[in-house]
This record gives sequence, C-alpha cells and structure tokens, in this order.
Amino acid sequence: MIAALAAVAGQTARLQLRTGGGALVGLIFFLTVVTIIPFGVGPDLNLLSRIGPAILWIGALLATLLGLDRLFQDDRSDGSLDLLHLSGHPLELIVLAKAAGHWLATGLPLVVAAPFLGLLLAIEPVALGAVTLTLLAGTPALTLVGTVGAALTTALGRGGLLIAVLVLPFAIPVLIFGVSAASSVIVGPAPFLPPFLILVALSLVSAVVAAVAGAAALRSGLD
Amino acid sequence: MPISDLANPTRFLAFAGRLLPWLWAVTAIGLAVGLYLGLFVAPADFKQGDMVRIMFIHVPFAWLSMACYGVMAVAALGTLVWRHPLADVAQKAAAPIGAAFTFLALVTGALWGKPTWGTYWVWDARLTSVLILFIIYLGLIALWQSVEDPGKAARAAAILTLVGTVNIPIIKFSVDWWNTLHQPASVFRLDGPTIDPSMLWPLMIMAAAMTLLFASLLLMAMRNEILRRRVRAMQIVAATG
Repeated sequence: MIAALAAVAGQTARLQLRTGGGALVGLIFFLTVVTIIPFGVGPDLNLLSRIGPAILWIGALLATLLGLDRLFQDDRSDGSLDLLHLSGHPLELIVLAKAAGHWLATGLPLVVAAPFLGLLLAIEPVALGAVTLTLLAGTPALTLVGTVGAALTTALGRGGLLIAVLVLPFAIPVLIFGVSAASSVIVGPAPFLPPFLILVALSLVSAVVAAVAGAAALRSGLD
Repeated sequence: MPISDLANPTRFLAFAGRLLPWLWAVTAIGLAVGLYLGLFVAPADFKQGDMVRIMFIHVPFAWLSMACYGVMAVAALGTLVWRHPLADVAQKAAAPIGAAFTFLALVTGALWGKPTWGTYWVWDARLTSVLILFIIYLGLIALWQSVEDPGKAARAAAILTLVGTVNIPIIKFSVDWWNTLHQPASVFRLDGPTIDPSMLWPLMIMAAAMTLLFASLLLMAMRNEILRRRVRAMQIVAATG
C-alpha cells in the first residue's frame, strides 16, 4: 500500500511540474506578489525588512491557492478518481498522498525561493533563516487546508474563486503563528520557539482534518 | 406527538405554522421588556455612563452569533450522519441569520468601541476571531448560492461547517488565552458572574428574547426553504412532464 500511495504522490507531483501553468506559475506569482508590495508601501528598506516576513508569508499563502482547483478536478474528469476510490486503499490516505505530491511540486519550491526573495526585502540573514524555517513548517498546513477546499469544490463541480473564499479563513491561524514566529527574530523580545511549535502542531492537526474532511467531501461527490 | 414526527416536512410545516404566532408574541414581549429594563431601569455605568446600554444588544448578538453556528454544526451532523432533508434545510436557513447576527455584533461592538476604547476597530484576538466567523458564514452562503443540487450543497456545506467549528472555542477562550483589549467573560464564569445583578437581569432577559427571535427567524426561514424546494420540484415535474 505504501508503494501505491507513493506512486499517487509522485504522479501528482509530476503532473503539477510538467503540465503548463503548474508549479512554475506559482513561483512566478510569488515573485510578483513580493515585487508589487514595495510599490504599494514604498521602497523604504527599514520598513520592508521589518514587514518582510509578513510579505513572504502572504505571498506564499496566495501562491499555494493557485493550482488547487485542479488537484482533484483533473482526476475526476478523466475518471481516475473513481479508479482510486475503487482501488481498495482508504480514500483518506489517497487524499494525503495527493496533498503530499501537490506540496512537493508547489509548496517546496516556494520555501526554496523564499530566501532569495527575502534579499529583495532586505531581511537580515538570521531572520531569513527563520522565515524559511517557518515556511517549511507552515506551507504543508496551507496545502492541506487547501486540499479540503479542492475536494469540496471538485465534489460540487465548481472551482475558481469559491475555493479561495472557502480556504482563506482557515489559513489565518497558520499565517498568525508563522508570521509571529518569523517576526520574533527581527523585532520582538518574544521567543521564537512557542509560536513555531504551534505552527508545527497546526500542520500535523491539519493533516488529520484534511484527510478525513477531504475524503468525506470526495465521497459525497462520487455517489 | 413524539418529536420524531417533526422529521416529516409536512408535519414540520404544520407545527411551525401553529407555533410561530405564539413564538413571535413571546419574542415581542421579551424584547419590549428587555429593552425597557435595559434602556430605562438598569443603572448607568459609573465610568461609561449611558454608553453601557449598548451591552444589552451587543452581548446577545455576540452570543447568538456563536449559538447559531452551534445549531448549524448540529444540523451538519444531521446531514452527514442521517442524511435528513430537514437538517439540510436547517443548515441552509441558519447561515444568513448567523451572518446577520455576527455582523450586528461587530457593528454594535465598533460603535461601543469608539467612545470607550477610542477606536472602531482593533486587531484584538476576540474581534479578529469573530470577523473570521463572519467570513466563514459568508463563505458558506456563497457555497449554498453557487451549487444547484441542494443535496450536494448540503453535504459540502456540512463538511465545511464541521471543519469551521474549531473557530468557536477560539472565539470563546480568545480573551482568556491572549490578554487583549476586549474584556474577559463576566457572565458565564466558574466563580459566578462579576456583573451587578441590576445589569445582569436585563441582560439575561434580552439574551432570552434574542434567542426566541433567532428561533422564530430560523423557523420562518426553514419554512420558506421547504416551500421553495417544493416549488422547484413542481417546476421540474412540470417541465419534464
């Protein structure tokens, strides 16, 4: 069963990477968001280095939303979702495998790109490491929350903006603790570890919730 | 008549029709008594003056914004576990009412905040979590609006509602976990209410009256939704037949 789930994850990642408009568009979008913020708030490097972690987090949050609507939609339209459902493996684990593959292809590149984009925002080296670490711990939670939204909109046969409206409120706690952990290195006397551990906990909890809720949503759309 | 008989939509319609006039009458009396006690009888606060009277509508709205979500979560369980059409109807009918109560709690809170805190809005833990609750309500309404098949929409909304219940304890305990501007609970506490009885009684009457108002609105909305579904079914039969 491990092999089958790894195959599902690998196939999801490969599809995201190889189809046009997949993972690369997410990266370009991330770069664009980080670039337009200085036009909005002004090119003051002191200000940018202070709010830099927040900019990177918001950019990553918005970038993870891209491509989510296709996570299950393509499988549904070509019938492979039914085959996965009939394969005898628990749908919960298949949802988790799909989420893992999606994160490898879309979330991980954002984490890797974050330090380089942080240079544009004049974030200090220590803080840069902190932001990257929080993104590494937090983007799985964003992808998993998005997986529930993707499963719901696939079951309904509706995509587009609805998925963003449904998913974003649930991403707020992740954003809060991610930014507060990253900012604590720059401004605060507050310690880094407590919010970071809560962030890790959020990722683990959302893995459980996303598996159960995503599978329930897909089942409701299949019958 | 056992309560399970109400699961039949026709019996539910008859029951709601008989109950609603009485419910509205009690609601009107409760609101009138509560508002009179709150606006004229209850003493003015020694710091806030008459400003404190906003509490008598703000607090019930805030309680009901969470209670309505609780009703929706129970209805969501009804949809997922028993696949009951009446639970679908209750879910759909409760969402706009809950959104309205949450909106009113936010607005009355902002109007109260300006003279007492000096600002309409702060990014305080409780204010923020209630704002998220409002956005979740709006997302659910958008979901209901965007899907034609009511059964499918009900199951999807139920899953989203149950995932969203994590926000309710966050709202309730946000003022205890994060020591922020919004005051901590002063009525439902383990060591008894810290609010003076002269203000507590009008507040409780208002809360009861608002709960009855919520029940009346929910019953009416459910009745409308059942009738809307019947009309839709008749239109489909007429179009295909």
